[in-house]
Amino acid sequence: MTSSYFLSQLMNGLKIGSVYAIVAIGYSMVYGILRLINFAHGDILTVGVYSILTLMAFGGLPLWLIIIISICISIGVGVMVERFAYRPLRSSGEETTLISSLAVSSILQNVIMMIFSPQKKAFHLPEYLTALHKVGSVTLSTMNIITFIAVFVILVILSIVIKRTSMGMAMRACSDNLTASRLMGIDVNKIIVMAFVIGCGLACVAGLMLAGEYKTIEPMMGFVPGLKAFCAAVLGGIGSLSGAVAGGFILGIAEMLFAGLMPTSITPYREAFVFVLLIIVLLFKPNGIFGGKEANKS
Amino acid sequence: MSVLLEASELNMHFKGLKAVNNFNAQIEKGSICGLIGTNGAGKTTVINMLSGVLVPTSGKIIFDGKNITGVRPDKIAKMGITRTYQNLRLFKKMTVLENVIIGAQMHDKLDPLGIVGNTIPHKRREAELKDKSMEMLKVMGIEKYADHISGSLPYGSQRKLEIARVLAADPKLLLLDEPAAGMNPQESAELTEIIRGIRDRYGLTILLIEHDMKVVMGLCEYIYCMAFGEIISEGLPEAVRNDPKVIEAYLGRGAVHAEN
Repeated sequence: MTSSYFLSQLMNGLKIGSVYAIVAIGYSMVYGILRLINFAHGDILTVGVYSILTLMAFGGLPLWLIIIISICISIGVGVMVERFAYRPLRSSGEETTLISSLAVSSILQNVIMMIFSPQKKAFHLPEYLTALHKVGSVTLSTMNIITFIAVFVILVILSIVIKRTSMGMAMRACSDNLTASRLMGIDVNKIIVMAFVIGCGLACVAGLMLAGEYKTIEPMMGFVPGLKAFCAAVLGGIGSLSGAVAGGFILGIAEMLFAGLMPTSITPYREAFVFVLLIIVLLFKPNGIFGGKEANKS
Repeated sequence: MSVLLEASELNMHFKGLKAVNNFNAQIEKGSICGLIGTNGAGKTTVINMLSGVLVPTSGKIIFDGKNITGVRPDKIAKMGITRTYQNLRLFKKMTVLENVIIGAQMHDKLDPLGIVGNTIPHKRREAELKDKSMEMLKVMGIEKYADHISGSLPYGSQRKLEIARVLAADPKLLLLDEPAAGMNPQESAELTEIIRGIRDRYGLTILLIEHDMKVVMGLCEYIYCMAFGEIISEGLPEAVRNDPKVIEAYLGRGAVHAEN
């Protein structure tokens, strides 16, 4: 194995890792506050991608506007899901909302299939984004470079918002203790909506990255990356932003290194190896790599 | 003296269990009232209703001239009733100072873009909140822990922190659920002084649940005693303490005669 092969696998890991990282942030925020594993989160990613595809098919709109509109659509869908599928069930326990999120996931997938057909579709970004650059021994597209910068910028902005603003402090308070937050005058519903807004907006961005990388899209494309992003969030330490991002990158890199370094006869099973890794890490660090001691939620 | 809070005919039934039955109370502005009673008497349930955590099965709560029965807890908090918990509800992963800032910013609008849109007013407000929160920590005597993670504090200090947090929100009525629980005699004597001090300094009205009779007798100007969901005695501390019904509830039938 040459070092350049290793490097390019590492790059592939970073690419897919950044998708997991971005989706994991949304997962982690929602889970941190509601203890809800939102299975539909990955499908919001799909909604975003199909919205981008549709708007591009109309033609005429500049790409940045298409992305902004699609982010808004994803947020709209996400907030509606929260309002109508989760909020009414919130008092009836975490299991109920979990089932509800599975239902929503399936509904979103099927609605997309009904509208766009279950077939794979080609997804082409404009040429100036797919142009390739050689950096040392690795090849990156413009899109990849923008993606890395975007992940970094998003992280910095988010951590400032969460660390420094009153809104961010209220979000942390909610994920620490929901009851106490209510009694400290925090409008918990507003905070939850905010978590969904951020999460769904990011999911749309992640969808764009994913579709741009694989150049095809299909109605189920968000579900498995969504699950992996949840694993990433758990791996990093749920509720911790930097943990979610680190978890995403670790998972992505592990997956691609497995794929690249294992004998070809077992690479199709690489996902199993990735999840074994997850289990091993959690055996030693039950609260994730960055998770401190989980305070009792009472 | 005017009445700040009036609870009339409050009932809280859980599927046939009458946790609180026909609870009537009037709390005067500026007073410190005590709510005592044996375990399971319904004291905490009363506090839960007053703070909006539970919606009473029937009855009415008037606070500061407004009917607050069934109003959401965050709105009740903003109207001026804040509470502490018997088994502490701190934000354990946040620092001590941050905990208090959350309380201090209760009346602010949550503004996600504050730091981007108008940085200067936001910075100034941030500094104000910080100063105020530090002041509260000083009042409670725990300012040296400001940057500690709150979950790591000694138990007694966590209790004080919880009071500092609600105090920062400028409440009118403070509901304290067993503030001295788990404290040693010296700590609870200190706490008694602090509670009286904050009442005088901030013109608060306080309703407290407490088992430590020294604290109750030392602080309260009026006492309600509950047993099995009902008020069995109320009045001035001396009168309640000597009420045979109260002694019976605490020590059992026969204790009254045995004592005489």
